[in-house]
Amino acid sequence: MMSTITWIILAGAIVTFLTRVGGHLILSRFERIHYRVEAGLNAVPAAVLTTLVAPTAFTNSWQEFTTLLFSGLIATRLSMVPTFCLGAACIILLRYFFPI
Amino acid sequence: MDQPVSAEIVERGMRADFLEGARKGLPLIVAIAPFGLLFGAVAIDNGFTMPEAVLMSAALYAGASQMVGLELFGQKIAPWMIVLSIFAVNFRHVLYSAAVGRRIRHFTFWQKMAAFFVLVDPQYAETEKRGEAGLPVTFAWYMGLALPVYLMWVLEAFVGSMFGNLITNPHAIGLDVILPVYFLGLVMSFRSRQHWLPVVIASGAASVLAYKTVGSPWHVSFGAIAGILVAAILAKPEKPEAK
Repeated sequence: MMSTITWIILAGAIVTFLTRVGGHLILSRFERIHYRVEAGLNAVPAAVLTTLVAPTAFTNSWQEFTTLLFSGLIATRLSMVPTFCLGAACIILLRYFFPI
Repeated sequence: MDQPVSAEIVERGMRADFLEGARKGLPLIVAIAPFGLLFGAVAIDNGFTMPEAVLMSAALYAGASQMVGLELFGQKIAPWMIVLSIFAVNFRHVLYSAAVGRRIRHFTFWQKMAAFFVLVDPQYAETEKRGEAGLPVTFAWYMGLALPVYLMWVLEAFVGSMFGNLITNPHAIGLDVILPVYFLGLVMSFRSRQHWLPVVIASGAASVLAYKTVGSPWHVSFGAIAGILVAAILAKPEKPEAK
């Protein structure tokens, strides 16, 4: 018996491979893509990832909101790794000094 | 007489190409190591076993979508929704695939399959850069870049999951907020794209609204659809006169 996690991983691997091979197989057959479709496709990653940030920021306590606001601001100046480390430091310190 | 000599030259050329690709991959390995380790640690925290964490890194090889899978699994969301979300986050690869496909026409069928399997964001960027510079995108160069990064990614999931077992109080070290911080960093990295701000505002507002009304997991779909619609509505044709 395979666990639910294993099934999710295998199905996730298949759909991921389909996106990587599919562009070449399908998209390259079309001369041009409608500009609204292309704009929509371009927006997919930012749109999906935002939905995983916003509820955490706006439906928890002020520590989470502050951490994400702070991380978003430093992301405009620093690259991924330092942003990530400072964000993690922020939530650890806030929770340490202001436990719920 | 000619045969062995040219074979040797070809082999030497392949080795040089492979090493050249591997050199390009070195900074990538350093940059993604924290995330490979983090994935392993958070996977354990969200109920994965070590082999499952390693399998996910080896089979998907797509950092952001792996984290999304963990986050949604931790929230006890229906499996098909998780797979759909993984698909959505990875959908950008369709565009990479179409672009890189033109550069690797000379690969054999199986070489192409292997090449597409490891087509992550930096692989796409480096391949396009090399192709645009007029340098040959050989299979040896492509795999020289891809293989070390891939193997390290899988190894990091293993090492990270060992660390994950040592974490006793995930809340205190903010493990539940670390993923949203990571996702926010990714969102910010897209900020040069057209209509980024309206897309993010629409997705953010719609996801919070859906989270508070219909509840999880629908905030992901509703929020994403809102952002994509805004991008499609705001889009302008590149060349209005083209017909």
